[in-house]
Amino acid sequence: MKTNSFIKLLVTILITTFFFGKAYSSSKDLLKIDWSFAGLTGKFERDSLQRGYQVYKEVCSSCHSMKYLSYRNLGQKGGPEFTLEEVKAIAASYDVEDGPNSEGEMYERPGRPSDHFVNPYPNDKAAIAANGGAYPPDMSVLAKARTGGANYIYSILMGYEEKPAGFVLDEGVYYNKYMDGNKIKMMSPLSDDLIEYTDGTNATQAQMAKDVTTFLTWAAEPHLEARHRTGTKVIIYLIILATLVYFSMKKIWSRVDAEK
Amino acid sequence: MSEHEYVPKSKAGKWFNDRLPLLSLGAHLSDYPTPKNLNYWWTFGGILTFCLITQIVTGIVLAMHYVAHADLAFESVEKIMRDVNYGWLIRYIHSNGASMFFLAVYIHIFRSLFFGSFKSPRELIWIIGMLIYILMMAAAFMGYVLPWGQMSFWGATVITNLFSAIPLVGESVVTWLWGGYSVDNPTLTRFFSLHYLIPFLILGLVVLHIWALHIPGNNNPIGIDIKKPSKDTVPFHPYITVKDIFALLMFMIIFAGFVFFSPNVLGHADNYIPANPLVTPAHIVPEWYLLPFYAILRSVPDKLGGVVLMFGALFVLIILPWLDTSKVRSATFRPMYRQFFWIFVVDVLALGYLGAMPAEGVYLFLARITTIYYFLHFIVILPALGFLEKTDPLPASISEPVLTGGFSAVPTRSDKIINENK
Repeated sequence: MKTNSFIKLLVTILITTFFFGKAYSSSKDLLKIDWSFAGLTGKFERDSLQRGYQVYKEVCSSCHSMKYLSYRNLGQKGGPEFTLEEVKAIAASYDVEDGPNSEGEMYERPGRPSDHFVNPYPNDKAAIAANGGAYPPDMSVLAKARTGGANYIYSILMGYEEKPAGFVLDEGVYYNKYMDGNKIKMMSPLSDDLIEYTDGTNATQAQMAKDVTTFLTWAAEPHLEARHRTGTKVIIYLIILATLVYFSMKKIWSRVDAEK
Repeated sequence: MSEHEYVPKSKAGKWFNDRLPLLSLGAHLSDYPTPKNLNYWWTFGGILTFCLITQIVTGIVLAMHYVAHADLAFESVEKIMRDVNYGWLIRYIHSNGASMFFLAVYIHIFRSLFFGSFKSPRELIWIIGMLIYILMMAAAFMGYVLPWGQMSFWGATVITNLFSAIPLVGESVVTWLWGGYSVDNPTLTRFFSLHYLIPFLILGLVVLHIWALHIPGNNNPIGIDIKKPSKDTVPFHPYITVKDIFALLMFMIIFAGFVFFSPNVLGHADNYIPANPLVTPAHIVPEWYLLPFYAILRSVPDKLGGVVLMFGALFVLIILPWLDTSKVRSATFRPMYRQFFWIFVVDVLALGYLGAMPAEGVYLFLARITTIYYFLHFIVILPALGFLEKTDPLPASISEPVLTGGFSAVPTRSDKIINENK
């Protein structure tokens, strides 16, 4: 037997194993959206980010913290890009505990842009106690902490269904098509016209899910736009440099090749 | 080594060089006679040096901002990603750099396997290289623990627990490694300390690796001994340097592709969840470059047996120069070894794939078959081939190949020539 046919046989076995493995792992196909931030030059839609923040603020933030974000981030380039005035107003709408003051007392004051997002619960235990024993995960890096990323979050938000006949659910547990084991302790958070978008966009469930997922993706990867921009420049630079070096190399080696 | 003694032109240069011959060393490195038929598989030595330097430089900057404490590590990494100027870039270069480092080192190792670079008189270069590889795995493993995510914590738990398989003292050893009775803050701080130390050990071994290389000189794609310097060699600079730089730029393009456009694809999503000792992830998997060894470890039902086999997989690599009994180096002239080489490549890839799958059912069965084959390759096939294989005639020199129609350094093309001649 020749080497080539032997290798082909082995590669075939390997590929079959891969496909077999894929079929074996019974993960459901997630809903897929044509995200504006995907791809080599992907950017966030500014409007969608701002709406997404509104969804987070009015819906998610009653249970989910975002402790690695600060209000100032909302005004940063590549993010929702609220104006400085808007950011100040958003921050001021929260009461932040500060102190101790010169009397040794803790006190509350209106938030400033430099403050971290206010946590809905005083601590994790309180969050768990208030949510039927399930910890509502911090959302700062959630989009990177789940296989499937943005598509996964969108799918969960859109994946609530009537449970199939015979499927047993405990009190306070809901059926979700995309959740591992189909059981989730979070009630379907979004429904049509749950909130009223300040920019007048029709607040359908799908629209809100898309906007808040965009917002969460930005929150997890705030420098995504800069990364894409820099990356394009770096790769173009490297290609040009490599081309120049290639011709230098050809010239230098022509001395050796000529000796043959 | 160049025969003539290097004498600096300037007076100051001569004064310096008489006291510390750094300039002579530079001249040696520049003139170093290198086989002229080296193909692109030989550019990975330079690429690996680049990888090491990149990891050290980015790592030093990261260490300025990172906090090695179980309560603060995750947050400090997020701070680097969000608030440190270009922190995201530095961290993504460092985390993807580890993968790129391993990609390059695997190509470098398999190149050595194919062209027989590990054979006499280059055994020590090979052994030093294997020590570097083992240290790389240790550094990468501990580095993966530092962000203190779920995979960090549980990976550290699984790997350190392996040492509990040691008879009698196992449990004590694990407690000693942890600095307590579970993976916790003391484990993190010592891992950070060692993670900072190991790259400099590697750097020292790299110097020895290159020093040992400069005694016999480079092997080459046809694997024969050549006269140096001669018509068959070129000076390292500018011929090899320019080729290495070109290959490095190609490598950097791929590297940049990962860093800028899919920086997390080689990692695991669970590591963006802060470590939680009370919640075990559904699948605990190491980084991709450790998967073949993980598959070997799990294919043995007995814990001690698995650990022994895993370290055995590294040990057979270290003693490889004495397992391969063939006097012919390059697989180009070894028709049987050539086939077994590719089977071995597929076997290792399969092990890597199986290491990522749950250890059950058909996966476990396949992992056992591929593990057995891994050891068969080293312990039975390689020693036997030296006696059974009829090798093709070797050319007298690089410039005068025995094969008609011109000799190509590219193995696949020469394969074809050989097959056509039959």
